[in-house]
Amino acid sequence: MIPLSYYLLLSGILFVCGVLGFLIKRNIITIFMSIELMLNGVNLSFVAFAAHWHALSGQVFVFFVMVVAAAEAAVGLAIIIAVYRTRETLNVDQVNLLKL
Amino acid sequence: MLHFILFLFFGAICVAGAVNLLVQSHPINSALSLIAVMASLAAEYLLLGAEFVAAVQVIVYAGAIMVLFVITIMLLNAGKEERSKGSRVAILLGVPGVLIGGVLVAWTLLYRSNMQAPVPIGALKGDPADIARLLFHNFLLPFEVTSVLILIAIMGAVVLAIRPEAVARGARKDG
Repeated sequence: MIPLSYYLLLSGILFVCGVLGFLIKRNIITIFMSIELMLNGVNLSFVAFAAHWHALSGQVFVFFVMVVAAAEAAVGLAIIIAVYRTRETLNVDQVNLLKL
Repeated sequence: MLHFILFLFFGAICVAGAVNLLVQSHPINSALSLIAVMASLAAEYLLLGAEFVAAVQVIVYAGAIMVLFVITIMLLNAGKEERSKGSRVAILLGVPGVLIGGVLVAWTLLYRSNMQAPVPIGALKGDPADIARLLFHNFLLPFEVTSVLILIAIMGAVVLAIRPEAVARGARKDG
């Protein structure tokens, strides 16, 4: 019997770690992984609330979040490959021009 | 009691992995600690009774998505990240703001909310049959829309990652 707030706290910690990684990391791939970490934190709160309110639709929404994360990972990593091919760097501070 | 110990154990792995993701400077180490986070999150889902979500978490997140990440890191031969001037502003302004927000949320959850009701283990069974019934009846339209979404994402990934020379060569061969 674990209080719901503990699960929400864990999900909040994961989300905060994701935001911090998004802010302090300079490698574009690591920034992308921080976004995945934030999505995972949100998924945990979805499942915790589903158990709390006895509503299974909370778990169904986790699948939709996963699909969005998969689509985002595919497109985002393709964009990273395209950026690396034109600029030959993964540092986001050096990617500051829209047009080369 | 055992459930609480398991919750603490896997929660500690989660937090340690998330912090390790921030501390490591090489992307491959960050990716491996993210896999640890996802695997222990699957254990947390099992504690909440969401069996199918836990299985899908391991297969899709820790499996498929992280393989994409690791392959990209290896393909681009990503090395250690270098620090630059732009990141200092983000650290000075962003990090305290995020930490204050996080502490506020944690304080609200622990002391100012009625969320203290314990979640009984196994009260809500998330077995595949029930989830499938919900997914293919109530959520049929969103399900179909996401299938179109992922198809478009795959095509977009191919279009973005393909080499322009390869397209030109293919056109010459056809014509």
